Amino acid sequence: MSEAKTLFEKLWSTHVVRSLGEDLDLLHVDRLLLHDLSGARAMKELQERGLTVRNPELCLATPDHSISTMPGRTLASSEHGEAFGGGLRDMANATGIPHYGLEHPNQGIVHVVGPETGYTLPGCLLVCGDSHTSTHGAMGAMAFGIGSSELVHVMATQTIRQRRPKAMRITIDGELGPGIEPKDVILHIIGQLGVAAGTGHAVEYAGSTIANMSMEGRLTICNLSIEFGARMGMVAADDTTFEYLRDKPLAPKGEAWEQALAYWRTMNSDEGAVFDREVSIDATEIIPQITWGTSPGQTMAVDENIPGPESFAEAEQQQGTVNALEYMDLKAGAPIAGTKIDRIFIGSCTNSRLSDLRRAAAVAKGRHVAKGVIALVVPGSVPVKVAAEAEGLHEIFLDAGFEWREPGCAQCVASNGEVVPPGERCISTANRNFVGRQGPGARTHLAGPAMAAAAAVMGEITDVRDLAPIEEEAE
Amino acid sequence: MEKLQQLQGVAAPLPRANIDTDIITPMARLNTASKHNMHEYTFEPLRFLADGSENPDFVLNKPGYRGASILIAGRNFGCGSSRETAVWGIRGLGIRCVIAESFGDIFFNNCFQNSVLPIRLPAETVAELMVEAGADQGNMQFQVDVASRTLTTPSGRVITFDLTPDRQAALLEGLDEIAQTLKDDADTTAFQDRDRTARPWIHELGRIE
Ligand code: SF4
Repeated sequence: MSEAKTLFEKLWSTHVVRSLGEDLDLLHVDRLLLHDLSGARAMKELQERGLTVRNPELCLATPDHSISTMPGRTLASSEHGEAFGGGLRDMANATGIPHYGLEHPNQGIVHVVGPETGYTLPGCLLVCGDSHTSTHGAMGAMAFGIGSSELVHVMATQTIRQRRPKAMRITIDGELGPGIEPKDVILHIIGQLGVAAGTGHAVEYAGSTIANMSMEGRLTICNLSIEFGARMGMVAADDTTFEYLRDKPLAPKGEAWEQALAYWRTMNSDEGAVFDREVSIDATEIIPQITWGTSPGQTMAVDENIPGPESFAEAEQQQGTVNALEYMDLKAGAPIAGTKIDRIFIGSCTNSRLSDLRRAAAVAKGRHVAKGVIALVVPGSVPVKVAAEAEGLHEIFLDAGFEWREPGCAQCVASNGEVVPPGERCISTANRNFVGRQGPGARTHLAGPAMAAAAAVMGEITDVRDLAPIEEEAE
Repeated sequence: MEKLQQLQGVAAPLPRANIDTDIITPMARLNTASKHNMHEYTFEPLRFLADGSENPDFVLNKPGYRGASILIAGRNFGCGSSRETAVWGIRGLGIRCVIAESFGDIFFNNCFQNSVLPIRLPAETVAELMVEAGADQGNMQFQVDVASRTLTTPSGRVITFDLTPDRQAALLEGLDEIAQTLKDDADTTAFQDRDRTARPWIHELGRIE
């Protein structure tokens, strides 16, 4: 009988082309996603070095970072759209890499496009020049972000040299309370474990909470894996995954589907498999989260008071707290709820899928964005936008005073020029609240889509659970 | 890649934890700066004041540390995005070695692609090195020797660090990974041939026009 293996070990061993030394392997890359910022740069470097793309048919390119999200946009609508988006398009065309440009029905944020087209499959190894590539692990894939030199290596060789990380399992059990979103779950985990807890590890999320979670919720969870340092995050594929995938345009069809399905069912952690580190989380304890600082680990339950340096034992954390509170212009000891806000951004590869928009719309419905607040809703891809419009979500948002945009990264990182002005406070459904992330001097609080929508209509940080659905109020 | 065999120079202490790659190279500069001038913006939020002038409190702006070739940083240095520009920027400032208790994984990998040596040491040792690096306002020389995997401090203390043999060889010889991998491309072809039978759906990927 063979030894019990973790999902991670199975994923790793099925991709080894050659061993390069202790814990160092050359791995086959099944899927390479390219976006305008890192992709265009790497393709240029590849050409300058006189190299060619080895397997263009396995790659996929789409612009998301540098492009405008304004209705009626073209590449020229943002300052660097032509240079990066146009660069990506030209390079993709020259090398034969499929490219979903602005006019394509599947354009979107790379980490939304991969899963929803069926480009990302269980058991595959997928890389992208982007740290949130961990998102795709939610499909039962091994997915991680790489730097631009590694990107050139992958394009030229369809392989990557990797050192085997350690395996960690986070088991989340219990039923989530009413109004608790997947984003709250992962922020809670990062807050509990700290921002470097996952460094050097491949993390598998398991337990009843994950088993009962939708595919889109799992994508949100895996997306933030990098925010506690994990090399990758993953969830073993199950019936939820297969149902999600079945009709996707790039998923295998007919006999190939059946063959793939049989294979995918073997790609999970065997009973008794040993992890280097195990952590358990009680899902019933999770309260809606909002970050108060400049690192995703600086998160808190929305009904608590803002921590001060004395809340932490280590000098380094205390100093970090002082710096963060100063940058965020917050007072230790005060409740976070009630903090006035200027902007709302609902979008990004974390929270821009249909279910995210539905939850935000449920809060926005029948209400209006508070006076003076600018609120953006940016669907993650064209298919998400089309589906949302088919069920009238855009009208709910527009009626409530939100802007309804075209798909892209938008204000997550503001590389398209859509910055949050200095000193303004923004509730963002994205994944990073770093100093200057949304623009120099911008103050970012991370939260889930429902919490963000609640803040938009109240004009201040609000516990979404305190907002009764409008229909119920009318009764 | 350029070789890195030995290094002698000033070490600058930067005792702040979780310095992310957005701090090292802010997004607003990624669009316009190139590999060659990225260093002008490295650590921008820390290095410059709001009016664009130098922040005199930032270590690399202090006279003794301006030409530092070693950085001693707080833990989890280089966390955040995958942007390799962070390493270009640091390298552009003349820094070839970063010492910290821990690093962001992608940043750590990216260093080796750019002939920059990241060294992980226990928290206590890092704290002691910071004290020693700060003792004489930067006029003290540290030495790094890749072949013997040692760091020698101005007081003569010798510290051995971990470095895997492949990375050591790559630094010492300035190896080009792509050329190395392409030399054995037949292995990849053989893998793909086998894999086409085991997992045909991976290779027969459709297209959406
Ligand atoms: S949405 Fe934000 S985090 Fe996601 S890929 Fe785009 S810029 Fe990166």
